[in-house]
Amino acid sequence: METSILSSILFATVIAGTPLIIVALGQLIAEKSGVLNLGAEGMMAMGAIAGFAVTLHSGNPWLGVLAGMLAGAAMSFLFAVVVLTLMGNQVASGLALSILGVGLSAFIGKPYESEILPSVGALRIPLLADLPVIGNALFNQQALVYFSWALFAGIVWFLYRSRPGLVLRAVGESPSSAHSIGFPVIRIRYLATIFGGAMAGIGGSFLSVFYTPLWVEGMVSGRGWIAIALVVFATWRPFRVLVGAYLFGGVMVAQLFVQGSNLDIIIPSQFLSALPYLATIVVLVIISRDQNTVRLNAPVSLGQPYRPEA
Amino acid sequence: MTFSKQTLKKLALVLLACTFSGASLAADNAGFVFVSPIGDAGWTYQHNLGRLQVEAETDFTTSYVENVAEGADAERVIREMAKRGDKVIFATSFGYMNYMLKVSRDFPKTAFVHVTGYKLGKNMGLVNARFYEGRYLTGVIAGEMTKSNILGYVAAFPIPEVLQGINAFIKGARSVNPNAELRVIWVNSWYDPGKERQAALTLISQGADVVTHHTDSTAVVQAAEDEGVYAFGYHSDMSKYGPHAHLTATTHHWGDYYVKTVREVESGTWAPTSVWGGYARGMIKLAPLNDAIPAELQARIHDMEKKLAARELHPFAGPVVDQAGKVLVPAGKKMTDEELNKMNYYLEGVTSKIPN
Repeated sequence: METSILSSILFATVIAGTPLIIVALGQLIAEKSGVLNLGAEGMMAMGAIAGFAVTLHSGNPWLGVLAGMLAGAAMSFLFAVVVLTLMGNQVASGLALSILGVGLSAFIGKPYESEILPSVGALRIPLLADLPVIGNALFNQQALVYFSWALFAGIVWFLYRSRPGLVLRAVGESPSSAHSIGFPVIRIRYLATIFGGAMAGIGGSFLSVFYTPLWVEGMVSGRGWIAIALVVFATWRPFRVLVGAYLFGGVMVAQLFVQGSNLDIIIPSQFLSALPYLATIVVLVIISRDQNTVRLNAPVSLGQPYRPEA
Repeated sequence: MTFSKQTLKKLALVLLACTFSGASLAADNAGFVFVSPIGDAGWTYQHNLGRLQVEAETDFTTSYVENVAEGADAERVIREMAKRGDKVIFATSFGYMNYMLKVSRDFPKTAFVHVTGYKLGKNMGLVNARFYEGRYLTGVIAGEMTKSNILGYVAAFPIPEVLQGINAFIKGARSVNPNAELRVIWVNSWYDPGKERQAALTLISQGADVVTHHTDSTAVVQAAEDEGVYAFGYHSDMSKYGPHAHLTATTHHWGDYYVKTVREVESGTWAPTSVWGGYARGMIKLAPLNDAIPAELQARIHDMEKKLAARELHPFAGPVVDQAGKVLVPAGKKMTDEELNKMNYYLEGVTSKIPN
């Protein structure tokens, strides 16, 4: 295979995986605190329309990303009030949030359907971008791609090397113990949930401002659900989220290349389209097959409401 | 989240009020069922233009429901329209067919019209457009404009209608450029802008310098604009999404047919028919041609448009040769509508393999 093809597959893979990484890592933090928010699809949709609208009016994509982040955070705040303060069922509320976000974004987005944004150029990192094959794919990318790596590094450090990260995990493992030694369980869960929403919002704005610079109803197309599934299949480990997201993006992009090339292989395209899901699940299940590590990493109190005793 | 009984009661009252106000429409009404949001371009947008034409040119009022899933929801919406007394109901997606047929049997006095599909009912007519006629013309333009001789096509699902478009496109291209080849990528979705864009970028990176799509978003045209290659729109004029890239678009025009149907219903002369109209009925047109197309070619295209309208030009006139080199239709013959509706293969010039 020519290196230029390899390089462009790699380039497209990184782009396709980036929104999944950002959203899934945000969800991972929320879930580590014990809150299961199935509303990622809706929060991404809200982030996408907020990002698009603000970028259009301000002409500044970064204000758009900020707006997307705030929109996602606002949605997750709403969710947090329902499940953390009002003790609503997390699964049902998350599903409702998802439907609400998709519908509301369509409503808000009506006047924006005819608008278009100029494409945002890549941010080239000197020297590194000149490396053969991987240089262009990894270091001549959208700025949010670098952000997703920074986010990954930050989250790994936070969860496994910092005290607040330890507290967060403790809250997710046993909220009553965390509470009894004096940690504000509800407040920590609020923060973690809102962080998850903010990341979903950024992921959504990446789609509407950078990836396909347009707004159309339903443009998130299930990526929120994929992100949620990634967290589970990655058994709540950040590095596996990264692997899973790129694997998913990579297989999707590679199957498009296979179809477009004149290779003499006949595989039903329906199968090829299902392949990213299949491959991601199979690989993540295999690397996570040790039941003990799964149990070790899954937050014990995930999805369970907790009411601190007075 | 919980609703109090009081709120629920109020909600029910409001809903009831809405239903009744719907039932007491003064003028005759035409109902439209749309599969996706109207938006600013695309399949449903074109149908909505037709609806607006009915509103402007006839005494009928119109109402529509957008984003109706192809399933039990469709039956509910269609039945509701029939129940409130709509005189004619238009359903605009393939997956509504069986539901509309079912409802049409319960309302023998209502006129039902289904866009696409193949089941005619006692009071249910069918209409579809010969999209492939426009595709053939865009193929001719592509064949002339390409420098790499590689064309790209982002397609949704391998059904006859989509294959007609692909085959008409390459046949048009090879009628002027025998070296043209076409690569096809199936995204297995009518609507996923991210994936559509990715597929377009893939084709472009593999050398395609003219791309088009049979999916529902504008992502392919935008991708072409970003990469500095040419593209054709589909359904609607998509030139504002790629002012340089967009050479023209195959556009659909349902308004004249809708108006005619409504007038027939009004005068009581309507009878269910199966209409498959193209250039001759004004149902297919090209969007304005981009200035990048040389004047000579523009003139040729306009000439071909006239010939299509006069039924002198048939995109699938023989010789029609498939990928394996087998002659499907000999010179001097034309492919029949029945054959067109069973198309499940690629013609010569498509280098991808058929995915099933």
